[in-house]
Amino acid sequence: MWLYMCKRIVLGAIIVVVAVSLLYSMIHLVPGDPVKIVLGPRASPELQAAIHEKLGLNDPLPVQILNFLGNVATGDLGVDVFKNRPVADIVFEQLPHTVVLVLTGIGWAMLLGIPLGCASAMYRNSVLDRIAGVLSVSCIAIPSFVVAIYAVMLFAVTLKWLPAIGAGTPGNLANQAWHLVLPAFAVGLGWVGYLARLVRASMLEILGEAHVRTARAFGLPERTIVLKYVLRLAILPTITLLGMGIGILISSAVFAEIVFARPGVGRLIFDAVSTRNYPVVMGAVLVTTVLFVVSTTLSDLINALVDPRVRGEH
Amino acid sequence: MRWSTRGCAVSIDEAVMAADAPSVDHPGAWTAFRRSLLRVVREPLGALGLVMVLVVVVSALGADWFAPYDPNKIDIRAKLEPPSADHLLGTDQLGRDIFSRVLVGGQIALEVSLVAIGVALAIGLVLGLIAGFGPRWLDHALVLLFDTVRSFPTVMFALALITLLGPSLETVIVVVVVTQIPIYARMVRTQTLALRSAEFIMAERVMGAGFVRILAVHILPNVIGPLLILASMDIPFVITIEAGLSFLGMGVRPPTPSWGTILNDGYSFLYNTPWPAIAGGLPVIITTLGFTFLGESLRDVFDPKLRKDV
Repeated sequence: MWLYMCKRIVLGAIIVVVAVSLLYSMIHLVPGDPVKIVLGPRASPELQAAIHEKLGLNDPLPVQILNFLGNVATGDLGVDVFKNRPVADIVFEQLPHTVVLVLTGIGWAMLLGIPLGCASAMYRNSVLDRIAGVLSVSCIAIPSFVVAIYAVMLFAVTLKWLPAIGAGTPGNLANQAWHLVLPAFAVGLGWVGYLARLVRASMLEILGEAHVRTARAFGLPERTIVLKYVLRLAILPTITLLGMGIGILISSAVFAEIVFARPGVGRLIFDAVSTRNYPVVMGAVLVTTVLFVVSTTLSDLINALVDPRVRGEH
Repeated sequence: MRWSTRGCAVSIDEAVMAADAPSVDHPGAWTAFRRSLLRVVREPLGALGLVMVLVVVVSALGADWFAPYDPNKIDIRAKLEPPSADHLLGTDQLGRDIFSRVLVGGQIALEVSLVAIGVALAIGLVLGLIAGFGPRWLDHALVLLFDTVRSFPTVMFALALITLLGPSLETVIVVVVVTQIPIYARMVRTQTLALRSAEFIMAERVMGAGFVRILAVHILPNVIGPLLILASMDIPFVITIEAGLSFLGMGVRPPTPSWGTILNDGYSFLYNTPWPAIAGGLPVIITTLGFTFLGESLRDVFDPKLRKDV
């Protein structure tokens, strides 16, 4: 048990280290001087030399990578050469916006998707089940940025029910929540489908198991059986799905932030890409990647705690 | 250390099953194909999916013939017109015919996905064979590399690459290739590892076959089927990436039409007219839905566990 957990955590850490090194070395994959890429071709030679020194680009690559890894370990993600501010400050300033958006999106998706999957499993092959099935597949298939644009078009421009852009007035919670509705809808819609399908499938599996038959034989009401003995188990696989889905969630949050002109890591990286500000891009990718690796590792650990088969002991 | 083999295990197993199933009841490949196709068409969703995919593919292939206008011909007097008999999907802010742009955009989307998936498939196949058949340390190193690339959120990684390489059609292809290689390679690796200890391979080895012969004659044909199925299911995913990056203005460069750039143009003029945005989004939706419906019913047909008539 502990051995598995240690192995899993070490693997996560190794992946983070390799990912950071890869991200850092990528700047050297590009032909030409990385400083020219950062500053543009028209920068003066003095400025280029100064930035060279500042970014430590004169050292051999392995030394640079080690230095960078050391810095990252102490929370230093480098300096934004344009604004002359630490990248870590810039990224962590924006991160809460993205986290709130992702959590709201996944939250409403769970509130709708899990009951939907549950109902589909209980009334298997009914009309409801079929409609829910088609709807789930469609929700999964349609890319979130198309959902976002169509949502703006319908609810903000045509019906004028909801605001189209911005994150609301700072300090005014109700206003901010109001501005969160459409982006969260766009981020979460696909997950309604994912969750409904997964919960349906795992519930069907559990409904056929012996302990459910026993519960029925004891004459327990169907409601109690489903809520107490089936759904509780059926929700477990969603942990894995959510852990592995953080990557997709972050990706759709990027689009939502750009379509709805909200602050966040997605917006930050988008602006940084437009100005070819690689230090900021790298910082943003790094933080989200660590978030992703931590969440997959956590979901594996939770699974191992719950299910002994995962640990490979049995 | 045992590296986790999570990742795309579910979809891989499904693809493996899907590929293995028809070879079980061996009435000749063509008959089996026709029978499966019939089963797909009999399901309403399968038929719908097939029609949607065919519409997309045919209109993309024949874009040059079907397009009523030059997709880049500017007619500023006719800008932002709603759909009419002259312009089936209306015109954009420069008066270009959106229907023609959608058709040519489909051609580009399909081209990008086929090229990118093809390259990723070839590299993934080689790397997967190496990982599955090579020395253990190399296997571990490659799997670690695959897992690392998979650990970047796709869009974030794409944006990092675009910062370095600059936005272009080629960069989109590079992004897709880099992110898809690990998926294909891991699948080939799993298959190769399973086959490696199979009896017929052992027998081959005992008879003194070199590893090139074993790989080319015995492993490759067993791996390629499931791999192709997995890859064809990735087409809508790649089209989504292309459209998404082009929508952000970081994929296909204007004036080249792409569903993403049409969407972006439409989004900028959303308060003037909804039509360009609708026209840019619809083909993306039709493509992803079509491929998904078709894929779902193909899986139902091939997966014996889900087959209703058994």
